[in-house]
Amino acid sequence: MRSYEKYFRMNRLPHIWCPGCGNGIVMKSIAKAAEQLGLDQDNTVIVSGIGCSSRASGYMNFDTLHTAHGRAIPFATGIKLANPKLKVIVITGDGDCTAIGGNHFIHGARRNIDLTVILFNNNIYGMTGGQASPLTPTGKKATTAPFGSVDTAFDPCELAKAAGASYIARGTAFHAKPLVDLIAQGISNNGFSLVEAITQCPISYGRRNKMGDAAGMLKWMSENAVPLAAYEKLAEEQKGDKFPIGVLYQKTAPEYSAEYAKVIKLAQGGK
Amino acid sequence: MSQARLMQGNEACAEGAMAAGVNFFGGYPITPSTEIAEIMAKELPALGGTFIQMEDEIAGIAVVLGAALAGRKALTATSGPGFSLKQELIGYGCIAEIPLVIANVQRMGPATGQPTSPAQGDVMQARWGTHGDHPMIALSPWTVRESFDVAVMAVNYAERFRTPVIILLDEVVGHMREKVVLPKAEDIEIYPRRKPNCTREEGYKPYTPMADLVPNPADFGTGHHIHVTGLIHDETGFPTGSSKVTEDTIQRLHQKISRVQDEITHYDEFFMEDAEYAVLTYGGTARTAYAAVKMARQQGIKVGMVRLMTIWPFADKVIKKVAQKVKKILVPEMNYGQLVLEVERAAAGQAAVISLPKYNTEIFTPKEICTAIEELATEVVK
Repeated sequence: MRSYEKYFRMNRLPHIWCPGCGNGIVMKSIAKAAEQLGLDQDNTVIVSGIGCSSRASGYMNFDTLHTAHGRAIPFATGIKLANPKLKVIVITGDGDCTAIGGNHFIHGARRNIDLTVILFNNNIYGMTGGQASPLTPTGKKATTAPFGSVDTAFDPCELAKAAGASYIARGTAFHAKPLVDLIAQGISNNGFSLVEAITQCPISYGRRNKMGDAAGMLKWMSENAVPLAAYEKLAEEQKGDKFPIGVLYQKTAPEYSAEYAKVIKLAQGGK
Repeated sequence: MSQARLMQGNEACAEGAMAAGVNFFGGYPITPSTEIAEIMAKELPALGGTFIQMEDEIAGIAVVLGAALAGRKALTATSGPGFSLKQELIGYGCIAEIPLVIANVQRMGPATGQPTSPAQGDVMQARWGTHGDHPMIALSPWTVRESFDVAVMAVNYAERFRTPVIILLDEVVGHMREKVVLPKAEDIEIYPRRKPNCTREEGYKPYTPMADLVPNPADFGTGHHIHVTGLIHDETGFPTGSSKVTEDTIQRLHQKISRVQDEITHYDEFFMEDAEYAVLTYGGTARTAYAAVKMARQQGIKVGMVRLMTIWPFADKVIKKVAQKVKKILVPEMNYGQLVLEVERAAAGQAAVISLPKYNTEIFTPKEICTAIEELATEVVK
């Protein structure tokens, strides 16, 4: 038995994801981060929304909650506030988090409540067969953007930063080892943490956009993901498809459930 | 707690919920329910409880579902537009069997409608608003004191049957002020959170139904590592595509409520002993109906009144009995005619059922209902 296997419900595997999907790499990174931190399985809850990535909650050996489309963050907020000693990790996808759940995402960040959101970004609605999401890059094809998307994509990291998140990182399925550390740091941060994990969907996104098979898409990540410090040194014309990875932003800010605990103390006559 | 107080229906609802153990409130402001949120914001922290104002109505129900799963007794409150937005997650509460109370202080719709005039237009939405087949418990108080009692009952039913329960207030009862004497804390019966009957090692399955057809899913953070999903799931809590499990689950969800239907059907009868006519009423309208029935009695009309507190599941047996006894049943409602359809169905032709709808922002006057009763009594029965 591999050391991180205790964080999986081995009897629930194999997973339902397509051959070549990157979600397994990201899910394993969460398990390895849990191992690295020695997370207490009895006091950790994994909450997910709806979509391919959100099926991960069922495979992981904690208390787990597979909510409704877009609603993982407010469910997770209820769990954290009801029992602040719990570590709460949210697993969500690009459509789940930034389209139908977009309002909850920005308000979770605004509250800086101690949740760690792992955003599996495959740039597409995979489970429903490849419709455009708010993270589908402009010009890329989807079943609902057959001529290429004319929408401008969100940068979820910038969005979370503007909204008030206190830890923001981006990794990829290719950079699996650093992704473990980025997730572990996110879980350790006492506040709202976002880890955007770029993952490949060869079936519903890569194929339609001639990005090759899974290996080809991972190769694209290896060529275009640039550590933040190096990315910042690039000239604008060198940036092209390139994007920064690593810890993108960190700050210290009051955490919501701790702030509410003060309210309780005050109401009960304490100081 | 035992001396007389002047209070509002919404206030009594909030106090009843807290008396029954509610220690978590999440919601979004909306008239005419906002007082419930405001009271919770002020009172809960002193009790060690938690209040949170969410970013929208959907988050308002999601946060209480999460809190309920983590062991809290939780309430949200809303009105028509917000109630519509909450419907998907009410269904989530039904299928995932999460105890939850939703207070819906009805106002006039559809849409923004005629804010915030009184109405009883969410009767059918309370029953059928979420998609798919599911049972529903909805309770509608007619006095301020009963708003307290109904809140206690709603919290207890939610816990006992592990299902969402709707408190169907209306603007009349929610904003009406009356002198009330609330019960003492020690006289209030509280249904405790259900607990797992065995450990993981002993083969605990969170969704195994007990003798009362209700399962005992563990609270998060108690070491049971359970999985909760809105997908159809088997006793383990994990999704399954099985037709048999699907059919059994839908059936059990209905039966866990239908088997106790008589017990949870609450209603009052007034002047029914010798009644030839009946007024079937509920909520704020029942206040007017009661005055109207007394006026008609003074004219010598043998009319009685049946007042439903339990709106859902519908009181079929009660209506059947009334229909066997009287010639005509009058159903005044502050809507275009909603519950009257259920009354007609249950009466099954044994008595004539006459709708008296009102949907012009004004509440009924006793005279209006009394006039309708007089017409009942003078028309020849076909």
